[in-house]
Amino acid sequence: MVLKAFFPTCCASADSGLLVGRWVPEQSSAVVLAVVHFPFIPLQVKELLAQVHQAGRVGLAVLGTWCHRRQEAEESLGHFLEGLGTIFSHEPWLQLCREQGSKLWSCKATRRQVPPCPGAPYEDQVMLVFYDQRKVLLSQLHPPAALPDCLAGDAAPSAGGLAAVFDTVARSEALFRSDRFDDGPVRLSHWQSDGVEASILAELAKRASGPVCVLLACLLSLVSAASACRLFKLWPLSFVWSKLSVCEQLRHRLEQLTLVFSTQKAENPTQLMRKANVLVSVLLDVALGLALLSWLRGKDRIGPLAEALVPVADHVAEELQHLLQWLMGAPAGLKMNRALDQVLGRFFLYHLHLWISYIHLMSPFIERILWHVGLSACLGLTVALSILSDIIALLTFHIYCFYVYGARLYCLKICGLSSLWRLFRGKKWNVLRQRVDSCSYDLDQLFIGTLLFTILVFLLPTTALYYLVFTLLRLLVVAVQGLMHLLVDLINSLPLYSLGLRLCRPYRLAAGVKFRVLEHEAGRPLRLLMQINPLPYGRVVHTYRLPSCGCHPTHPWGSLCRKLFFGELIYPWRQRGDKQA
Amino acid sequence: MEDERSFSDICGGRLALQRRYYSPSCREFCLSCPRLSLRSLTAVTCTVWLAAYGLFTLCENSMILSAAIFITLLGLLGYLHFVKIDQETLLIIDSLGIQMTSSYASGKESTTFIEMGKVKDVVINEAIYMKVIYYLCILLKDPMEPHGISQVVPVFQSAKPRLDCLIEVYRSCQEILAHQKATSASP
Repeated sequence: MVLKAFFPTCCASADSGLLVGRWVPEQSSAVVLAVVHFPFIPLQVKELLAQVHQAGRVGLAVLGTWCHRRQEAEESLGHFLEGLGTIFSHEPWLQLCREQGSKLWSCKATRRQVPPCPGAPYEDQVMLVFYDQRKVLLSQLHPPAALPDCLAGDAAPSAGGLAAVFDTVARSEALFRSDRFDDGPVRLSHWQSDGVEASILAELAKRASGPVCVLLACLLSLVSAASACRLFKLWPLSFVWSKLSVCEQLRHRLEQLTLVFSTQKAENPTQLMRKANVLVSVLLDVALGLALLSWLRGKDRIGPLAEALVPVADHVAEELQHLLQWLMGAPAGLKMNRALDQVLGRFFLYHLHLWISYIHLMSPFIERILWHVGLSACLGLTVALSILSDIIALLTFHIYCFYVYGARLYCLKICGLSSLWRLFRGKKWNVLRQRVDSCSYDLDQLFIGTLLFTILVFLLPTTALYYLVFTLLRLLVVAVQGLMHLLVDLINSLPLYSLGLRLCRPYRLAAGVKFRVLEHEAGRPLRLLMQINPLPYGRVVHTYRLPSCGCHPTHPWGSLCRKLFFGELIYPWRQRGDKQA
Repeated sequence: MEDERSFSDICGGRLALQRRYYSPSCREFCLSCPRLSLRSLTAVTCTVWLAAYGLFTLCENSMILSAAIFITLLGLLGYLHFVKIDQETLLIIDSLGIQMTSSYASGKESTTFIEMGKVKDVVINEAIYMKVIYYLCILLKDPMEPHGISQVVPVFQSAKPRLDCLIEVYRSCQEILAHQKATSASP
């Protein structure tokens, strides 16, 4: 196999010295991490390598020599470097050489021992692959998702091709801690040798984060203990809490904040990204909520909004009244059964009248309530949207009631019709065997059954029409609420930190690598530049998406249509506490 | 070493194949697709603008005209950036892997690299789509089964060259793969 030497671009202009790195025999590749300069004591170099081996569990060795000729050919240096091969023995011994100012390199890889099979050359062909050490160190490789059974989380450095290069560089961080201004025993050249990178803000934030985390963790544990108190588990309150979506959202946020401010350090990069995503999402949420609050307060919009609310509710109730009057007449030219029509119509009208009186009773308190709701926007835009969705649900409670009445009536009718239709044909539902069996009825049973069947059939259009109208209204309200929940979900689950990282520092999230062939001359080794191929945006969102509340409509369309046809009640969202029905 | 030849694709358009032999173990094939034709661009723009003008005479709303201009511009930019591929390159490096690059008309490049350890073989497949067409594809190994194939990756999907061009590329790839198998078989 061709020998691949991975050489860091920062060392291309370094002085002559020894090459230090890791040899991967399965891939026949040598990953060069740093260059050790003269003068050095071989024992100290070996000690340094042992230290790094202990810190990162990666086996480093001296791979060969690096010669950067500054003046005319220094033959003595060449011989000296060859002599070093006897002190640090390594199979194969790499010798890289470069003229100053020229782009042409020469590489040699020699094997001292007798090759295991005859005919194999003493010298291997070498291919140079340049890589940016800093970017490879900071990046995280995301293997393609197409392999579900691939082993994940190996403790030892992985042997999977290019992942080995990334792994080696990541584990050798201890090697990069010294720079050329240190007075250490060994002088190294690597990406940080011009000065260790650090930022004052980052250091201050790290120091401050400890106590701040502890304080916030205590606060959050107090809040969660208070909310888990027994008082809230009493029946009416617990029922109300489970139905309101704002409680669900607050609980979700509390959980997320507990995760972010927990005093445990993140174990792997995925957890760190998740914490960062949650933090950025919460900050954005609060910022948007405060913007909404300032907009509401700015031109004192709450007053006119509260004043407009009651007339709107009145208008909706009036429209419903007109609708019911229309249904009680001859809607769309259909002929209704007068008696049933009148009964149903009057029943719904009375219900509506009760509702209007309730709204009028509440009207003096609306402005106060809206003011407090607006205040809750400083907890986040998602909380404000959840409250809005709950308010809509409360204000359209009468539509929900009408839907339930209509659906129950229709469901009863359909059940009766199906059972009597079986009787009409001489069959019966066998509960024991869960199937339809034939049955012989008496004459009077048949007579009454057929009579009831006829009555139900002729009353069907009236009930069906009421059911249809109220189901459509209910579905409209559900659609509006669903839209708001969708928006809340989007803010909850979008991984904004990861997207920002992909936009500004694309090398941090790597899907793979790409190669570019550099200037080539016949007779010289092939030189390639390895660059990082960033992860596409779709995969970033898919990999780092946060778990959402879980309040989605979960019905497939087929079962929804079936339920609508048979008059079964539709519960649009399953709350988290409900199990599969 | 570099040379260029012209071939044609399955629809009859002209393609230019550039071959670069960097070394016995590294070869690159570059296929240039036909450019965006001015005729089709003018035709689409005229259709859209005539339709918008027709709607404008019905509705008397000048927003329709500005919307039509906006849509045409956005559509053209989107087409150049996401759809129109100018050049497709296949770089095969012995003992490293195979890299496929697509360069779009707006300059964007999208690259996929497959490591040599995952490549089983490079073959020319036949497909029947109104007529018989040939395409070059890379077969990937299945980690579970030693003789199975986990994925088939087609190459030169938007250039769609004909069989003569594919045979050239196939021969060169097979030389490198054979060399790679020979050296990896010996320890």
